[in-house]
Amino acid sequence: MKAGRNLRKAPMRQTIELIGEFGILLRDSVAAIGPSLFRGRGSRLSWRNLWLQMNRIGIDSLPIVILVMASIGAILAMQMAPELAKFGMVPVTAEVVALATFREMGPLVSAVVLTGFGGSAIAAEIGTMVVGEEIEALEAHAIDPVRFLVVPRLLACIVMMVCLTVVGDLAAIAGGMLIGGMFLHLNPVQFYEHAVKLLTVGDFVTGLIKAAVFGLEISIIACFLGLKVRGGAQGVGINTSRTVVMTIVALIITDLFFTTIFFYLGV
Amino acid sequence: MPREPMIELKGLRKSFGDQVLYDGLDLQVFPGETLVIMGGSGSGKSTLLRILMGHLPYDEGSVLIHSHELQDFSRRELNAWRLIVGVLFQTGALFNSMSLRENLALPVREHTDLPEELIQIMIKIYLQLVGLRESIDRMPSELSGGMKKRGGLARALMMQPRMLFYDEPTAGLDPVSSAQIAQLILDLKKKMDVTSIVITHDMKAAFEVADRMALLAGKRFHLIGTPEEFRTSKDPLVRQFVDGLLEGPLSPQSDQQAYEADLLHRDTD
Ligand SMILES: Nc1ncnc2c1ncn2[C@@H]1O[C@H](COP(=O)(O)OP(=O)(O)OP(=O)(O)O)[C@@H](O)[C@H]1O
Ligand SMILES: [Mg+2]
Repeated sequence: MKAGRNLRKAPMRQTIELIGEFGILLRDSVAAIGPSLFRGRGSRLSWRNLWLQMNRIGIDSLPIVILVMASIGAILAMQMAPELAKFGMVPVTAEVVALATFREMGPLVSAVVLTGFGGSAIAAEIGTMVVGEEIEALEAHAIDPVRFLVVPRLLACIVMMVCLTVVGDLAAIAGGMLIGGMFLHLNPVQFYEHAVKLLTVGDFVTGLIKAAVFGLEISIIACFLGLKVRGGAQGVGINTSRTVVMTIVALIITDLFFTTIFFYLGV
Repeated sequence: MPREPMIELKGLRKSFGDQVLYDGLDLQVFPGETLVIMGGSGSGKSTLLRILMGHLPYDEGSVLIHSHELQDFSRRELNAWRLIVGVLFQTGALFNSMSLRENLALPVREHTDLPEELIQIMIKIYLQLVGLRESIDRMPSELSGGMKKRGGLARALMMQPRMLFYDEPTAGLDPVSSAQIAQLILDLKKKMDVTSIVITHDMKAAFEVADRMALLAGKRFHLIGTPEEFRTSKDPLVRQFVDGLLEGPLSPQSDQQAYEADLLHRDTD
């Protein structure tokens, strides 16, 4: 209620303040990564905590990413094959599937799935901690919530995004292979050979860079909106759904940005 | 002997939006004493603890910790301050994703290099002290409100604080547990020389533990004095609060007219 009134009062100022706070969280979290990895007591990262987060975020997402990416590989193959057949270039289907997957679909789809599983869970969990005075309790024990809560989730999301993307890429190729074998008279070996023919290290690496940045984005937006929760269970719900929507929008915009840069650089 | 106050409030003002919570709070807390703060629900007692912990900014006036302005503390100084203070939050504020054992272990693991066996022994000692040793491996969701609060107290004690802030330590406890906690507060003062600020509505416990008392009413401290002064004070407001009287300055008679107007106004909407 109150936030709504303030928003009407000075939407511009509110927005700028919000972006500022977001920037500060981003800066603080990134700055805390180094010390938490290499320094000792009082600032160290809990490895157990990191492992826990990776498991929680990644394990749920893995089967979904495999399923979705395999389907996308198959869909791409079926969409492209008839067009390419007109020019007698059916085997090029493999190249198209590989290229689209590695450069674009792999990172993006993995990120969307991870937003659904990881991002929303992170926002809800941290939001609940805010409501239960747990963040204040951490601070009262001189434990920095950014280091203790944000950094492990951030690292977990980045690592899991890269892993999920690699797995997703492979699943898409497998999906394409299946269609190739069933309908296009391309056996898996031929499909594989065509797939790797056009692919460069650059395609693979740009995909993974995107994946890492997406991971950062998912975790930081979720943590930010989680920490911003006000006003009980309702606030947790609002910010959790907001996290999903805002993250997906941010992902697409970043993707556009990256693609433009890669386009100009010619990678 | 002139004593140097550990904490000193001077003309403290705090507001949330348009709502002014207090204006001109003055208070001194001396080393080794137990100060009880009383006040009606919503008078801003918990908020005062938050300010003292550096969780909330204040508008005007000063909060001096050993004569240093709290608002000017660096990150490092603030953490040093937070490490010597143990806080019992009103709800206990246990970490819900961790068992009671993990809750108690966390601050010690974070801030010291004590061997794990020693940490486990400390956990049992402090849980025994608050009567929760059997619940050591329970999750907070499996504890009652009073148990959570006692767990929160045990956690606050793990770092051997020199100062303790209790937010309603006995609210929601049965009379026996309540008496145990009051005894614990006294013991900590006697044996470990901790300085305490105790927020409570529980008059029995308040008079048991207090060296001095302060009553928060009408945006400032209405009276600060010894328990004896509170017992014998003729001030109607103090009498009403201490004796729990229905009639008195704290009763919202002046609200009556506004209330009626509000009701009638709503009706015509
Ligand atoms: N973060 C906040 N934003 C806005 N208002 C707040 C905030 N925190 C507290 N308040 C308001 O400040 C007032 C005092 O709250 P506080 O929790 O300090 O009361 P209290 O004296 O501890 O009461 P109780 O005895 O019921 O615990 C309340 O009216 C509350 O609505
Ligand atoms: Mg309170």
